[in-house]
Amino acid sequence: MMSELLSQVVGSYNYWIVVFLMMTGFYILISRGNLIKKLVGLNVFQTSVFMLYISLGKITGGTAPILVDDPEALYSNPLPHVLILTAIVVGIATTSVGLALAVRIKEAYGTVEEDEINEIEAGIDDRRAPGRAALRGP
Amino acid sequence: METATDIVLLALLAATAVGLVRIRNLFAVVMLAGIYSLLSAGLFTVLDAVDVAFTEAAVGAGISTVLFLGALALVGHREKKPTRTGRMQVLPLAVVLITGAALVYGTMDLPPFGDAANPVHHRVADHYLEETYHEIGVPNVVTAVLASYRGYDTMGETTVVFAAAVGVMLLLGGGARRRRGGAAPASESESE
Repeated sequence: MMSELLSQVVGSYNYWIVVFLMMTGFYILISRGNLIKKLVGLNVFQTSVFMLYISLGKITGGTAPILVDDPEALYSNPLPHVLILTAIVVGIATTSVGLALAVRIKEAYGTVEEDEINEIEAGIDDRRAPGRAALRGP
Repeated sequence: METATDIVLLALLAATAVGLVRIRNLFAVVMLAGIYSLLSAGLFTVLDAVDVAFTEAAVGAGISTVLFLGALALVGHREKKPTRTGRMQVLPLAVVLITGAALVYGTMDLPPFGDAANPVHHRVADHYLEETYHEIGVPNVVTAVLASYRGYDTMGETTVVFAAAVGVMLLLGGGARRRRGGAAPASESESE
């Protein structure tokens, strides 16, 4: 019973930590207002997905999928590696666009804090349609 | 030994992620994110994904950190103290805990970690491992699949990178033009 539980824990340890990391990134993304911090959270989330895929491709006692002469060699699954290589490169591309957007928002609004941007936006709306501000009250 | 390294690296990653949540100095956050990437590169090496590991070390810990530092130089490195009310702080935590619990429940159905009998390791993966050397003549299976079997996919990936580069140049180059301000020629200000 005890050893069964232990093997279940060892067999799922990688997945559980991946879920923890994923949720940490998700938490940063939805609870923090700073756009740069949000992008860091997005990166944490993304890297955790990479780890999930690579964990699924691992074979215990295996070696990297680079062919050697030994016919008995056991290789880990190369396909997740290929997918994740592509994902890393696409990830840095989206991150750089996100950072460029943050820099433009800083230029336009003078801040990268979400709530301050919302306040400025609300102020612009009030100037355009003063009636709505009156409806909302002071 | 391999398993021990795996466990230690994942524990360090979890600790780093908690640090990322708590620290508000964005300069420290970016540095910690670089460490996080380097740790994950180490983890990929332990998990036999050497190609992924060096790409993550170069792109995640290198280029990404430089980009974040460049952005910080332009937007400032202090994160504001959260000014939300009680309910607004509890809501994200609740969402994260529920999603996390659902995902952990999902992992119960995943095959055990590292088992060679897992279904994902058969059929397609076997074919690549057995045939790559005859068909492509490159001993590194990952490179062979990436550049040859899935060459079109990689070409699509470079298209994405190109589109991102164009997007960044438009976003930032446009700002430089606006900053020159009133001196801009009439035709340019009309087009905006």
